[in-house]
Amino acid sequence: MDVALQLAVEQLHARYAHALDADRLEEWPEFFTEKGRYRIATAENEARGLPLPVLYAEGRAMLLDRIASLRHANIYEPQRYRHMASSFLLERVNDRVVQSTSNFLVVRIMQDGATMLFASGRYLDRIALPEMKYEERVVVCDSRRFDTLLAIPL
Amino acid sequence: MLERSWPAEGATRVPYWVYQDEAIYREEQARIFRGDTWNYLCLEAELPEPKSFVTTFVGDMPIVVTRDASGALHAWENRCAHRGALVCMQPRGTAERFSCIYHNWTYDHEGNLTNVAFRRGIAGKGGMPADAKPESQAPKKLRVSSINGLVFGTLSPKVPALETYIGTEVLARMKRVLKKPLKLLGAYTQVLPNNWKLYMDNVKDTYHASLLHLFFTRFRINRLTQGGGIFVSPDGAHHCTYTEMIEDKGDAYEKDGMRSAGTEKFSLEDPEVLDQVDEFGDRVSIQILSLFPGFVLHQIRNSLAARQVVPKGIDRTELHWTLFGFADDDEAMTRRRLLQANLVGPAGYISMEDGAATGFVQRGVAGSPERASVIEMGGSTIGSGDSRITETAVRGLWQTWRRYMQV
Repeated sequence: MDVALQLAVEQLHARYAHALDADRLEEWPEFFTEKGRYRIATAENEARGLPLPVLYAEGRAMLLDRIASLRHANIYEPQRYRHMASSFLLERVNDRVVQSTSNFLVVRIMQDGATMLFASGRYLDRIALPEMKYEERVVVCDSRRFDTLLAIPL
Repeated sequence: MLERSWPAEGATRVPYWVYQDEAIYREEQARIFRGDTWNYLCLEAELPEPKSFVTTFVGDMPIVVTRDASGALHAWENRCAHRGALVCMQPRGTAERFSCIYHNWTYDHEGNLTNVAFRRGIAGKGGMPADAKPESQAPKKLRVSSINGLVFGTLSPKVPALETYIGTEVLARMKRVLKKPLKLLGAYTQVLPNNWKLYMDNVKDTYHASLLHLFFTRFRINRLTQGGGIFVSPDGAHHCTYTEMIEDKGDAYEKDGMRSAGTEKFSLEDPEVLDQVDEFGDRVSIQILSLFPGFVLHQIRNSLAARQVVPKGIDRTELHWTLFGFADDDEAMTRRRLLQANLVGPAGYISMEDGAATGFVQRGVAGSPERASVIEMGGSTIGSGDSRITETAVRGLWQTWRRYMQV
């Protein structure tokens, strides 16, 4: 086991979650490589072999657009997330890429205090080495159901 | 039966008790969803082979839709004749027959009760009397009809044929989109914190689109200054609105100081998400179509979807989105549709706000059941036109609703 790699991946996942939960959305695209892909899918569509994403961005420009739209165009009630990510399994693909699989829970807190378990699922990641950025992050939600709207990325 | 009276202004007012009253909700289930209406059930593409099935809803009522061994479509209530349990637990699949898990009563693809376990008992003991009639409580069967790959059902023996129900004008706009065999891309559910009618009148409200959905306006996807129009069926029940592809060069929003116009020039870093191919050959970029009571068909650029409105109580609605393309789509078109999936659904650049806005109405009117919405954009008439600064289709919805509810 490569302990240094394990710690580096843990830091990446932790920084990602803290950036979203602390409303530092502008940092979000920086966790991805220039051509990095981000996709939110549902377990049901994945199991059926259906390609529909709930949200899909290909490349940092699209990730930036998502945040710009959230900041300047989309209207949604103020809300925060709290991510709980599990420990993860690592698999070295080659010198350039490592795969990580972890579980997550996302709790959503509305401005009036209403708190709900908003999403659960798995992160399926391909992480580019040595830059330690997501080449791909697929968020497979356990449920096909989303409450009201999904504005902030998971 | 309903002791409610409508405001004297008539078509230009909608009293808020319509979104709040449990008795109204129950009556709607009977008079509208289980009454003389056609309800969207599923895509034919979800029943690809003989003996396949999907489960769905007509209002509160759980439904099984099947394709039998000969390929014919059927729909029936997902309720066992015996004790009322769901007969079919799985969302979809294929089956030789349908057996209720509770006591193993069995049904065929048409919803006929074909076997009652131990009906004659065992070794002359137990079982039902010879004159028992369990079939008398059999699941209700729906009339089924499809239009170009979309399957609808009705519990009414007397509602006219589906195409007549929709009417020629809206039907033509529906067939415009459904021009080839469909290919399923996927599905998800958006849970809305409001009454089902708030979603339907949001869909029919052409006035809100470019004001609430800032993404539209900031990126000049849809402004009311663009060409477009609205069709409302003669009875007010169904509608279709469209926007032409021409990019708006005007500054009407900026001049009026509209929040949605913004103060800075705004553009996408990667506009590929908006790249549209004019696949219908008529330069229409957006078409939103609704059928009473709870169906929406959209074309937003190259994103195509069926939205099924499933009421879950006075202040909760599930929106079942099914996105599709055409069976002959090439790889580039599929990629385009998947990128444009970003525009719609719970995370959609232009759909995410609808749940928020309609939820705000549900919360805002909590203390004022006797007050009413003001729906006077475009006057008090109901009809087609070339302006979308109108609430004509919203008035059509309420005219229809009042006819069914006799309010």
